[in-house]
Amino acid sequence: MAEIKAGTRLRSAVCDTEVMVVAAPGGGADLTCGGAAMVALGEDPSGGEPAADAAEGTQLGKRYVNEAGDLEVLCTKPGNGSLGAGGQLLAIKEAKPLPSSD
Amino acid sequence: MNLMMLLEMASAGFADRVAVSDGSTSLTYGQLFASAGAAAARLKESGAKHLAILDTSSPAVPVALFASAWAGVPFVPLNYRLTDEELERLTSQISPALLVTDAERAGSLKGLDGIEVVERGEFMGQAASGESLDASSWPMDPDDIAILLFTSGTTGPPKAAVIRHKHLTAYILTTVEFGLAGEEDAQLVSVPPYHIAGMATLCSSIYAGRRIVQLPNFAADEWLRMASGEQVTNAFVVPTMLSRIIDELGVGGVAQVPSLRAVAYGGGKMPLPVIEKAMEAFPNADFTQAYGLTETSSTIAVLGPDDHRSARGSEDPAVRKRLTSVGQPIPTVVVEIRDDEGKVLGPNEHGEIYVSGEQVSGEYLGKGSLLGTDGFFPTRDGGYLDEEGYLFLDGRQDDIIVRGGENMSPGEIEDVLLEHEAVRDVAVVGVPDEQWGEAVAAAVVLHPGAAVEAAALQAFVTERLRSSRSPSTLVFREELPYNETGKLLRRVVREDLRGADS
Repeated sequence: MAEIKAGTRLRSAVCDTEVMVVAAPGGGADLTCGGAAMVALGEDPSGGEPAADAAEGTQLGKRYVNEAGDLEVLCTKPGNGSLGAGGQLLAIKEAKPLPSSD
Repeated sequence: MNLMMLLEMASAGFADRVAVSDGSTSLTYGQLFASAGAAAARLKESGAKHLAILDTSSPAVPVALFASAWAGVPFVPLNYRLTDEELERLTSQISPALLVTDAERAGSLKGLDGIEVVERGEFMGQAASGESLDASSWPMDPDDIAILLFTSGTTGPPKAAVIRHKHLTAYILTTVEFGLAGEEDAQLVSVPPYHIAGMATLCSSIYAGRRIVQLPNFAADEWLRMASGEQVTNAFVVPTMLSRIIDELGVGGVAQVPSLRAVAYGGGKMPLPVIEKAMEAFPNADFTQAYGLTETSSTIAVLGPDDHRSARGSEDPAVRKRLTSVGQPIPTVVVEIRDDEGKVLGPNEHGEIYVSGEQVSGEYLGKGSLLGTDGFFPTRDGGYLDEEGYLFLDGRQDDIIVRGGENMSPGEIEDVLLEHEAVRDVAVVGVPDEQWGEAVAAAVVLHPGAAVEAAALQAFVTERLRSSRSPSTLVFREELPYNETGKLLRRVVREDLRGADS
């Protein structure tokens, strides 16, 4: 399992998606986008297209979570692929913002 | 992590939306991004290790904040009320630095060692036309310092609270939903840039996509005018501002600002009568109280609109009381109440408020961190949590009055005096006393036209609390001393009352 933690930034290998990890389980996680393993920011994407079953697209500023709720990533740049981990697609986390306080 | 991530995302998401305006100049998110990049290039070239701004609010503030982040140097917003002498003591700590200020001040500050003084117009002009640093060239070390905020230093020289990129980005990214604001949303900001709320509000508004409307010099009539003129939907104020706005509206007055949906306040104690009147003056607005410190990158507890309404409308005194609380800790921090020995206390037990979380810094420049090995920061604020986890403040630990070995919170006595219909404002402090060590003293401001004897107020306190808490000295004043950000200056009151006799 790849060691990732809050603050880790990754990019998709097959589209423009970039994320920042907000929370990660202790044992790490293997994040994918468009079905392909995500790579470190700054690494050249391998090229190619998102797999047909992982091409819903990501949205800027949305958070994505796994079912267990212990993996959360923030999409800092949108792309065509879908985020996944552990063989499952991540879902958009429901926004429950605090009342604006600043 | 870098604050630039917030602006980069905003610029990518809604480049053409207006990000900030002060009534005369405005910048879209795209323009703010480009200006930050150009100012960052200038910063890098200058060799400055800090970017300081000594000015009232204007679009130059967010440009300077993000330019600093982009160039990888700390941003230092300074209090424009500082004298040249006070300023020199601070700038010597941040030299070499670029200092942006208004034309008049730029003239008088030429001689500061290691400080390149730049006039605001020139700074913005270069930022608008200059070439930007490469996008995404900002450093990403989360431990880099983002902002230095010099505290008012009521005891000893001012010290700079250190806010690192990781603290502020953690706070914004976990409490604000990206781009949730609509095109018509606008936040009226009247707190100065050298206040942590001033910094936090810029960052959260930018990340939410909410246009910032800056009111550089607060005046209640101007605030009301700007709020309706700019069709403001949100506003952040400190309690003294809200108090003046209510005065401006007059007794029973209702504000004519139909666009205003949400008012947030913090930065000082909110007297119960003021928030109650405010809820009547702005019947359609949601009120939110935010409690936080410079050292915690602003908000750590929130009393939301639902809490305000249910407290106000409740028959249950325990629920009503919550209107005097600062709400519940936000989900990303842990708050504990500890006694003098550091033992964690239970509900309704009074002690010192400790807090931990990613947004908590607790560090001062050159003085290290006050964070304990367990990651908890001692706030020096006294308080307690009720059974439902609502946090109540007892006031600064330093302000606790010790009379005959008994600890008393000035806030408790102030709250009681405020219940008297003649009393508009009050400060309770301890003054030296031969018999008791300290005696309770009060400075009271009455409502215009009201009259009451000191003895009547002393009896009022005795009836509701007990005789030991009744101020042995009680004097009347026209007004109490507050600083620019609405903080009551207790040491000034203490000085005043030391020699006074009632």
